[in-house]
Amino acid sequence: MDSIVIWTIVILAGLGLVLALMLFFIAKKFKVEEDPRIEQVEKALPGANCGGCGYAGCHAFADTAVKAADLSAHFCPVGGNDVMKQVAAILGIEMVEKAPQVAVVRCNGNCAVRPKINVYDGAESCRVKAALYSGDTGCSFGCLGCGDCVAVCEFGALSMDPETGLPVVDEAKCVACGKCVKACPKALIELRPKGPRGMRVYVDCRNTDKGPAAKKACGNACIGCGICVKTCTHEAITLENNLAYIDPAKCKLCRECEAMCPTGAIHGVNFPKPLDREGIKARVAARKKEVRNE
Amino acid sequence: MSKITFAIGGVHPDDAKLARGCAIEVLPLPETLYVSMAQHLGAPAKPIVAVGDSVKTGQVIGEPGGFISAFVHSPASGTVKSIGPRKDLAGNPVTHIEIAVEGDEWVEGVDLSDTLVTAIPEDRAAILDRIKSCGVVGLGGATFPTHVKLNPAPGSVAECLILNGAECEPYLTSDYRIMLERTKEIIVGAAIMQKVLGGCRTVIGIEENKPEAIEAMRKALSELPYSIEVLPLKKKYPQGGEKQLIQAVMHREVASGGLPISVGAVVQNVATSLAVYEAVQKNKPLITNTLTITGNCLPVEKMHNYLFRIGMPLSYIAEYAGGVPEGAAKLISGGPMMGRAIANLDAATVKGSSSILYLTAESTKRGKESLCIRCGRCADACPMGLEPFLLRKLYFAGDVEGLEANAAQDCIECGCCLFSCPAYIPLLDHVRQAKGMAMAAIRARAAKK
Repeated sequence: MDSIVIWTIVILAGLGLVLALMLFFIAKKFKVEEDPRIEQVEKALPGANCGGCGYAGCHAFADTAVKAADLSAHFCPVGGNDVMKQVAAILGIEMVEKAPQVAVVRCNGNCAVRPKINVYDGAESCRVKAALYSGDTGCSFGCLGCGDCVAVCEFGALSMDPETGLPVVDEAKCVACGKCVKACPKALIELRPKGPRGMRVYVDCRNTDKGPAAKKACGNACIGCGICVKTCTHEAITLENNLAYIDPAKCKLCRECEAMCPTGAIHGVNFPKPLDREGIKARVAARKKEVRNE
Repeated sequence: MSKITFAIGGVHPDDAKLARGCAIEVLPLPETLYVSMAQHLGAPAKPIVAVGDSVKTGQVIGEPGGFISAFVHSPASGTVKSIGPRKDLAGNPVTHIEIAVEGDEWVEGVDLSDTLVTAIPEDRAAILDRIKSCGVVGLGGATFPTHVKLNPAPGSVAECLILNGAECEPYLTSDYRIMLERTKEIIVGAAIMQKVLGGCRTVIGIEENKPEAIEAMRKALSELPYSIEVLPLKKKYPQGGEKQLIQAVMHREVASGGLPISVGAVVQNVATSLAVYEAVQKNKPLITNTLTITGNCLPVEKMHNYLFRIGMPLSYIAEYAGGVPEGAAKLISGGPMMGRAIANLDAATVKGSSSILYLTAESTKRGKESLCIRCGRCADACPMGLEPFLLRKLYFAGDVEGLEANAAQDCIECGCCLFSCPAYIPLLDHVRQAKGMAMAAIRARAAKK
């Protein structure tokens, strides 16, 4: 009886030893050399695996970053410049700092100014709704209000405001991964530079209908009147298809367009002082007069 | 009782053919018509008139924008007032030609008389050309250009032409009325298509809840020299689905992703047959169709079957019929199963318009959605043999490969799953999205090749 137990132990232990040795030599012979920096880079990354950088997770990002000659195609939106500095240090390449971005919802057609003209009773999803019809208000460009963007956000940065029926971005939480941009069937969300101390001015509308139609559908719509284009002294505003767009790279945050906009489609956020509408209007009028006199 | 029907699935909604007794009335012309350039499946037509041009009834105003596209003709005589985007039924902007109506002066060469022309032209190419130039599209719902369907790719042979008179959608009676009132014209139209397809077997399939139509067809056929048979079908939704009808009549199944012609079948709606007759025998372009005004909040005496001209705003027709009735909570264009809710009543009618349906809040209210209990009713009801509950799950998971493997692309959007779900899950909404995902993947692969 005892001998059976002993023999069993000896045979199994011997078998284990032989197999372990085989595995050891096979592993040595067929070893794949991996750049140790890949692991270092991956450790430096936040590990959210959100895909916001455009690669399939943090490992894929690290793998391609190590092989790349420079970091122009690599930017981790979650970690931002701090993480990218670490990555650059590991790889020994220089990095160019990128301005931090934030998701901006370009619709301000709240319930008060954009009346509903029909009732939707299908599945609560913007994608489903957009495939069925143009939306329950007269504006076929505006927010559908089912919150697909809120559902895809992994950072809890988006929420629906029940009062306006529009999504709100929590700037402290938004990492500009761009998931909401892809989720919105109306392409209302744009990643824009955060701006100095968070200050930025943008056109809060995507309606390309002609003026009267846009105005009829929504009180806050951009009607393509072009006043902002004429007002802007920095050539930052362009007008295309009855819709104005402010180039964040050129905008000097003077807020003149915001004050002059007749519908309130242009919004400035995070400014320390409230908008001095009358003061700016007077200033613009005086400048125009000067130009005329010359 | 006929037992001829498709093999699996299907549901039995109340047929509610309330307007069956209403004879077709001709609608007078309004002051303005808005002719959409996207009245058919495929590329939108390109306007070939300019603002200020005067047009005659039946004059070509839009040219096909691609291989799968169709001509669009002016539905009245008058002046082109504007060309530009206007909101369609769903509220999305589509290019429309606005015509200020001045009268009803037709272009030359159109036979406007009522006489039945039974002699069919000999030349097959000339017939097809006439069908194309008259802008005939399938009027069963999909508005697929008819000349493309009647001209199968070389190598494929049509063995059976099925005329679809099933009209399985509840409420709708426009096909029923034309089968009663334009019986012989429909039969001649079928004979023309039969000839184009090389003289194949031709069957008119009619659901047996329309015995008068079956009787009228049989009587007319006995008086005409064509070899066409009438086949009463069991009343079951979606009997009028193309693949379901082929299965019922020919006992053949169209493979996933395949066209009906791959099993030797061509299916055409009875209204299309009438349009083919008018195009070939009378040289009359497709600018009219029949539309039903009905619903469960409308007394029968206020229901109508109208012969409308394309471009008439739905609001004009509704107003002419006595206005939107009180208690109407949901307006639908098309049947209650597959039709689309009207988001914009000012939208203009198109070639494929078939109804304005007024339904009460009670009958259209969706129940409160609860959890799927895997009862399998949706899978039992699906006439394509799909598993809607599974497709919905795969859609939420974003599993495109899984969707393709489970044939999401085969969905015909009939709504049987939604109709049968005891948990009121909006299955159709999700499966339709799933189908879109699978189709996009298939198309992307085909484009790569």
